[in-house]
Amino acid sequence: MSIAAPGVERNYWPFVLPALIVVLGVIVFPWVFTLFMSVHDWNVSGAVTFVGFENFRQLFTDARFYESVLHTLYFTVLAVVLPVGIGLAAALVFHREFKGRGILRGIFIMPMMATPVAVALVWTMMFHPQLGVLNYLLGLVGLPPSTWVYNTKTVIPTLVIVEVWHWTPLVMLIVLGGLANLPTEPYEAAEIDGASSFQKFRHITFPLILPNLMIALILRTIDALKAFDTIYVITQGGPGTASETMNIFLYLQAFAYFKLGYASAVVVIFFTLVIALSLLLLHVRQKTKWNA
Amino acid sequence: MSAGFHKSLMRRLADRAGLWFCIFVLVSPAIFFFLWMISLSLKTEIDNIEWPPIFIPPAPTLANFVQVFAENNFGKYLLNSILVTGGATLAGLMLGIPAGYGLAKMKATKLAGVIMIARMTPALSFLIPLFIAFQWLGLINSIWALVITHLVITVPIIVWVMMGTFEGLPQDLEDAALIDGATLWQSFRLIAVPLARPGIVVATILSFIFSWNNFVFGVVLGGKETRTLPVAVYNVLTFEQLAWGPLAAAAMLVMAPVLIVTIIAQRQIVVGLTAGGLKD
Repeated sequence: MSIAAPGVERNYWPFVLPALIVVLGVIVFPWVFTLFMSVHDWNVSGAVTFVGFENFRQLFTDARFYESVLHTLYFTVLAVVLPVGIGLAAALVFHREFKGRGILRGIFIMPMMATPVAVALVWTMMFHPQLGVLNYLLGLVGLPPSTWVYNTKTVIPTLVIVEVWHWTPLVMLIVLGGLANLPTEPYEAAEIDGASSFQKFRHITFPLILPNLMIALILRTIDALKAFDTIYVITQGGPGTASETMNIFLYLQAFAYFKLGYASAVVVIFFTLVIALSLLLLHVRQKTKWNA
Repeated sequence: MSAGFHKSLMRRLADRAGLWFCIFVLVSPAIFFFLWMISLSLKTEIDNIEWPPIFIPPAPTLANFVQVFAENNFGKYLLNSILVTGGATLAGLMLGIPAGYGLAKMKATKLAGVIMIARMTPALSFLIPLFIAFQWLGLINSIWALVITHLVITVPIIVWVMMGTFEGLPQDLEDAALIDGATLWQSFRLIAVPLARPGIVVATILSFIFSWNNFVFGVVLGGKETRTLPVAVYNVLTFEQLAWGPLAAAAMLVMAPVLIVTIIAQRQIVVGLTAGGLKD
């Protein structure tokens, strides 16, 4: 805290106020309004009736909703574990020095900048069962062709491939940030003690980058739960409802069937989950600041 | 000496080979994806559905790009995207830079936490109420509805990056100016903002990328006239299921601006994202 100069009243509220008003309008207002909507039967025609917890009750007996929760869990577990694992390995690789590191790292992070809809489009073409290039590549290495997104069994793992391709770079960047801040002393000491590379990783690197890994893990969880664009463009929840996640379910209820109140109830549940994870993230972030 | 020397040399070579193998495995999916997209966009329809697939276009053509512009009104959607992303980024900067400054000075981490949570919550959770609100206001099918909604993306990113930037700036220059009688606004405008320019660049780039890439706001709130590029590309998919050339060309056109920015500003993006752990 800096000491205020004499005679100067330091009031920083005017700087924050305009943004705060906008945030209240476009973010906080929708939150509150969603809560309000979730206890109403709300049609797009504008007919509104108060129904109490009826939407929630209905939701908990809706088999399609349960199914979407299971799909979300399946998708999320894979779409968190794989990117975090591969991202950690990638960060260790890109932390080392080699020729062309800048360019190669640039290429590696390009997927996460690419427009999701366009990404989904190109993958859709690659997944084509007869003419898709991926089945050709599988054939080259002697593997049988896959049905990719056209089969209820393979659709979610296939969507996970897209997600891993798309978002592993973000994990890599977060971990790389941790690696860049590592102190050199423990390594020098370990070198003298004759520690192996694995021992150094296990006992020095890993504990020191653990906070970054935690942040990556939570961010990935939130983003996997939120995944929408690529799933919607590639499968729209299909075949049948085999890849219908909570987010797709919610979108269809709201904007295909226009059951806005019902969809709002899904948002409320979804939201509670994400807020809990966000608070956890803030907690971890704060803790890492104290340690630093 | 020779045996030990030999052994350590072999180990170094093996280590190097292992490293390059890992690098190859890591970057090849990205390289393959982008090259395949380019290949599809430059080939004729006949070459695109050839089996086995043709990788290098035998007779490269720009016909797919011409077709996309001619048949799908892409020029208009491009303009819409520029207006929405440009407007939301500009407004986001005007709101977010002072807000980041104020939050940094007040050390209001709780308030900043609320903004952070805004970035975490699914876009769809804002959309239903905003959809209804815009219906009441008669703003559905208006570009303004999209600009306002995109503030949900741009404001949190900008505030977050700017808060970090201003926190890292030295306070003494501003203190000296304030003692000399400068107002807070002057101190902000004439001292803090010029010093924070690198942070402003990062915030602008990230805000541009995530607003440009957004799909779901456009699909719900955009009408026929106010479609943004990602939505327009999605429509190309639904109407021309097997026209791979135009599809790939459309995909390339949407991605081109963000990929160019990524290549030019790679360093700033890496810094911004590692510091904030942010993305849309």
